[in-house]
Amino acid sequence: MTTAAVRPATMAQALTRALRDAMTADPAVHVLGEDVGTLGGVFRVTDGLAKEFGEERCTDTPLAEAGILGAAVGMAMYGLRPVVEMQFDAFAYPAFEQVVSHVTKMRNRTRGALPLPLTIRVPYGGGIGGVEHHSDSSEAYYMATPGLHVVTPATVADAYGLLRESIASDDPVVFLEPKRLYWSKEVWNPEQPAPVEPTGRAVVRRSGRSATLITYGPSLAVCMEAAEAARAEGWDLEVVDLRSLVPFDDETVCASVRRTGRAVVVHESGSFGGPGGEIAARVTERCFHHLEAPVLRVAGFDIPYPPPMLERHHLPGVDRILDAVGRLQWEVES
Amino acid sequence: MTVMEQRGAYRPAPPPAWQPRTEPAPLLPDAEPYRVLGTEAAERVDPALLRTLYARLVRGRRYNTQATALTKQGRLAVYPSSTGQEACEIAAALALQERDWLFPSYRDTLAVVTRGVDPVEALTLLRGDWHTGYDPGAHRVAPLSTPLATQLPHAVGLAHAARLKGDDVVALAMVGDGGTSEGDFHEALNFAAVWRAPVVFLVQNNGFAISVPLAKQTAAPSLAHKAVGYGMPGRLVDGNDAAAVHEVLSDAVRHARAGGGPTLVEAVTYRVDAHTNADDATRYRGETEVAAWRRHDPVDLLERELTGRGLLDGDGVRAAREDAEAMAADLRARMNEDPELDPTDLFAHVYAEPTPQLREQRDLLLAELAAEAEAEASGGGPR
Repeated sequence: MTTAAVRPATMAQALTRALRDAMTADPAVHVLGEDVGTLGGVFRVTDGLAKEFGEERCTDTPLAEAGILGAAVGMAMYGLRPVVEMQFDAFAYPAFEQVVSHVTKMRNRTRGALPLPLTIRVPYGGGIGGVEHHSDSSEAYYMATPGLHVVTPATVADAYGLLRESIASDDPVVFLEPKRLYWSKEVWNPEQPAPVEPTGRAVVRRSGRSATLITYGPSLAVCMEAAEAARAEGWDLEVVDLRSLVPFDDETVCASVRRTGRAVVVHESGSFGGPGGEIAARVTERCFHHLEAPVLRVAGFDIPYPPPMLERHHLPGVDRILDAVGRLQWEVES
Repeated sequence: MTVMEQRGAYRPAPPPAWQPRTEPAPLLPDAEPYRVLGTEAAERVDPALLRTLYARLVRGRRYNTQATALTKQGRLAVYPSSTGQEACEIAAALALQERDWLFPSYRDTLAVVTRGVDPVEALTLLRGDWHTGYDPGAHRVAPLSTPLATQLPHAVGLAHAARLKGDDVVALAMVGDGGTSEGDFHEALNFAAVWRAPVVFLVQNNGFAISVPLAKQTAAPSLAHKAVGYGMPGRLVDGNDAAAVHEVLSDAVRHARAGGGPTLVEAVTYRVDAHTNADDATRYRGETEVAAWRRHDPVDLLERELTGRGLLDGDGVRAAREDAEAMAADLRARMNEDPELDPTDLFAHVYAEPTPQLREQRDLLLAELAAEAEAEASGGGPR
């Protein structure tokens, strides 16, 4: 290990490294998608893989998402471990039938005879000034489909660790990559990546006593910022990063809420039918007697994703989070 | 160079030379469906193959009538019969080698059975005690696909993966005329052609997608013509001529195995029965049409060929029918046994390891079952 290697790395670089290490470790790992070969992906996450492993291992496919995922299903049936790149959240919808009818059901319908070890990487979420169809939060669709793991990193270290684990998983994983974090940096050593908590475990990113912010992916950084700002109001906020929406870590989330007695769920996805409703229900069912206030949600509006010049009004920001924290019935306590 | 000089240097030029990527003529299907039985070509066919096809078709016909009868007795939830299409079903399975893979649609249980899957396991989906009753890896038969054409990209991916691993495995994917309208049909054919994947696509054009006739499905000259647009050969074959289907599919399988890429085969046939036992075909087609097709029956065609050439006598016909009856009796007996059900199976195979949430739900179900059992034991019966 050289100290020179320990310097800031971006999430995109950590993801590339995860793919490269997975391909090196296991010849069954194949990457396929649109523009993933020569170009290295529109976000450059597959940069250099075709050159290093050949186009048979990192394949530019025709432009057809159902075909890409459908072919990956067949490849997995023959013992390969495909990693599919969907170019953008909203471009993954043509593949949705393959997700729902086959990817999630193959193990179940064959009583375990045909597991599908495949990873579907989906850049998701807004905040990058993308025009229409480039900023969707599609996690609720995947969460509502039994048979999938739904994983989303919020840190550089997790991007590496969770992607490696997803590729190694014998279950299909939808790996949601927060687009606006692709270029976020962290001190990270690619030669000796720090071990991370396993998939399925949430992590307390900031300890606090007043209330718990439950969040994931692109909204973690916003919540951390809100927690800092909240100190001025006298609130000491705890922040829980879910990391994995399926399976859901009831234990860590509920332990936090039982400590603080208050919770706000924060995500970009719309609130109606969004992940926050499920999370609030789970917390309420398990922690009712510890709650000082209803679990609140700070989410994107229930609107089609707005045009880039208006997206800042849509995305949950520090003020909206603090406003929600302020509505957690502090007055009844005194 | 000055701007004026640049302008002077500009000469309009024709665009870079254009030529088709693939020569289209050899890809075009014949004008008429290819036939063997009743033609001179039949004499070239190995009599042993004709006899095998005949025995299998007689069995297949009986399998269809037996399975339909099982729906009436409540032993199958539903059965989509392939009566009239047995030549396609049998030939699809017989054209493959052991190591090859079959990707069937929901109407193709006969092909699945011919591939060696136990008929009871092949019918598990339609009985309803589980979805796929057989181990796909054991016979290299993918699960029966109900969402149309969605299994075609799987066949492409599997064949592609096999080739990447250096195995000379071919995948044969089955779809109907209605399925050719699906986007997955297009994507699968396109991927297969671009990757030169060793896949054979068999379209059984049986005239109807439930009630919708082919004329409302496509304006293509034939379904086989669609192949040309992808740069693969299209073959048109009489789907009721078992020898012709077997020959065309075997050629396509050989071509794929040799690295020649995919082929699209359209077998023109007819769905003699309704879509399923739950369908009423009289609402959308007349008896004259059905009767015309009954006179071009795949079993009769083969029987006539064999008896006409002295390759089959009355004893042979009887033996084939007795064999089919024995198969039907065995199927009947075994389907009349109640399947073993284990409700905890519901949670066993959703993930490699059940999530904490599924473990909770399994415990809830176990508690319900225990309460049920207790109530029954105390004579109260289920609540």
